[in-house]
Amino acid sequence: MVASETRPIIQIDQVSKYFGDFQALKDVSLEVALGERVVICGPSGSGKSTLIRCINQLEKHESGTIVVDDVELDDSKQSLNSIRAKVGMVFQQFNLFPHLTVIENLTLGPIRARKMSKTEAGEIAMRYLERVKIPEQASKYPRQLSGGQQQRVAIARSLCMEPSIMLFDEPTSALDPEMINEVLETMAELATSGMTMICVTHEMGFARRVADKMVFMDHGEIVEMARPDRFFEAPESERCREFLEKILQH
Amino acid sequence: MKKAAIWLALILVLPGCSGSWGWYVVNPYTSTGLTNLRFLADGLYYTILLSFSAIAISVVVGLLIALPGLSANRKLRGINRTYVEVVRAVPILVLILWVYYGLPQMANISISVFWAGVVALALSDSAFEAEIFRAGIQSINRGQYEAARSVSLSYPDTMRFVILPQAIRRILPALGNQLVYMLKMSSLVSVIGMQELTRRANELVVTEYRPLEVYTVLVLEYLALILVVSAAVRWVERRMRTDERF
Ligand SMILES: Nc1ncnc2c1ncn2[C@@H]1O[C@H](COP(=O)(O)OP(=O)(O)OP(=O)(O)O)[C@@H](O)[C@H]1O
Ligand SMILES: [Mg+2]
Repeated sequence: MVASETRPIIQIDQVSKYFGDFQALKDVSLEVALGERVVICGPSGSGKSTLIRCINQLEKHESGTIVVDDVELDDSKQSLNSIRAKVGMVFQQFNLFPHLTVIENLTLGPIRARKMSKTEAGEIAMRYLERVKIPEQASKYPRQLSGGQQQRVAIARSLCMEPSIMLFDEPTSALDPEMINEVLETMAELATSGMTMICVTHEMGFARRVADKMVFMDHGEIVEMARPDRFFEAPESERCREFLEKILQH
Repeated sequence: MKKAAIWLALILVLPGCSGSWGWYVVNPYTSTGLTNLRFLADGLYYTILLSFSAIAISVVVGLLIALPGLSANRKLRGINRTYVEVVRAVPILVLILWVYYGLPQMANISISVFWAGVVALALSDSAFEAEIFRAGIQSINRGQYEAARSVSLSYPDTMRFVILPQAIRRILPALGNQLVYMLKMSSLVSVIGMQELTRRANELVVTEYRPLEVYTVLVLEYLALILVVSAAVRWVERRMRTDERF
């Protein structure tokens, strides 16, 4: 890769985040290029969620800077609105709106925030439902779907806002094993379309296949960052090696 | 339930046999009885109008008071606490008297009996509505806000399309309770001369000297009204439950 070709779309520089006295992120720096796929892993409580939640400002960082697509994130409404427009997020618990049908879940954002007409939003929503392969579920309610289907609806809901960056926070860890693959397939398909993606996941098969860059976090720090081949074959730090051994055992 | 019905029948019938009751005052087969009954039943109009106007206002005010109570900002939460504590501390009857006799003097306005009643009832109820809404909204998972934010919904839209529809389904039984409570509390507005059910009964007692019979009719009027309203509330609840599917 040549540096001049890969414009960083996300620049995280020396970011720290506290919850009370507890420091959840310690001077974390990370650059993500346009179209790059980053997979973040690390033990529970290491700050993975906190880091990606800072990127769409679900958490506010206390120091350091985060620049997304040339907009620096501060407390201003403009930066907040601009960031939310560009960044989609998929949650571990899906967080679908339970009182709305699948199609209503998908069109709410476009209609209210993008001021799209109902028909236009509906057409776009159907297109993304087809892409995640569940167009026939459009008029059902979330709880009538399986976990895997719900998560694919959640992915489609984010895509309807046509973000340039997608964040995934352990999208498969609340799923039964037999449903994990359908979600990973959807994500892999998305990766081939050139979407910039940051995924927190422990699905190492997926990571190997899709990631351009692997990040290992521990105790609020980025301990290791490397291309997947290097990362899996020859991790530099002891902590990362131990973690990988544990996780690759099963 | 059955036992109670039998007792009620006995209480009504037995004294009538002994001649100490004067059911003639409300006997629908005599013209005075019918006129009296009509006079009593006409109070229904204001009882209902008063209660429903008051509850409509207090739900809106209650929601507006609940919102600052959910804020991360301490000052805003303080506003909510103060309102709830102060309003909740004043007895409804006292509030009715104050709004009708005190407020016009203080604010230099004139206020009709009806509106004084509506304002006092709504004010008093709004503190409870605020607490109900706050609890209902707080019961909604944080993930719903985060998902709404990540599809760029503004705060008002998040409330209107995501949080409140879910919260209202959860608090519907509590809102129904408040409505029933309101129907009963509206009887207190009789003290400032509102021609609702209770006031009419009082006036009839003064002219007919038959408190037992007239107040018994009054009890039955409230009973019938509230049974009908409760059934309606339960119907709405059932309907909402079947179309929410979660
Ligand atoms: N809202 C919060 N208040 C207080 N502490 C928090 C909060 N959110 C996270 N933390 C703490 O910050 C640390 C990092 O949390 P984070 O959720 O980022 O970890 P994680 O790497 O995503 O872990 P997991 O794999 O379990 O999801 C944890 O120790 C957690 O207890
Ligand atoms: Mg996490």
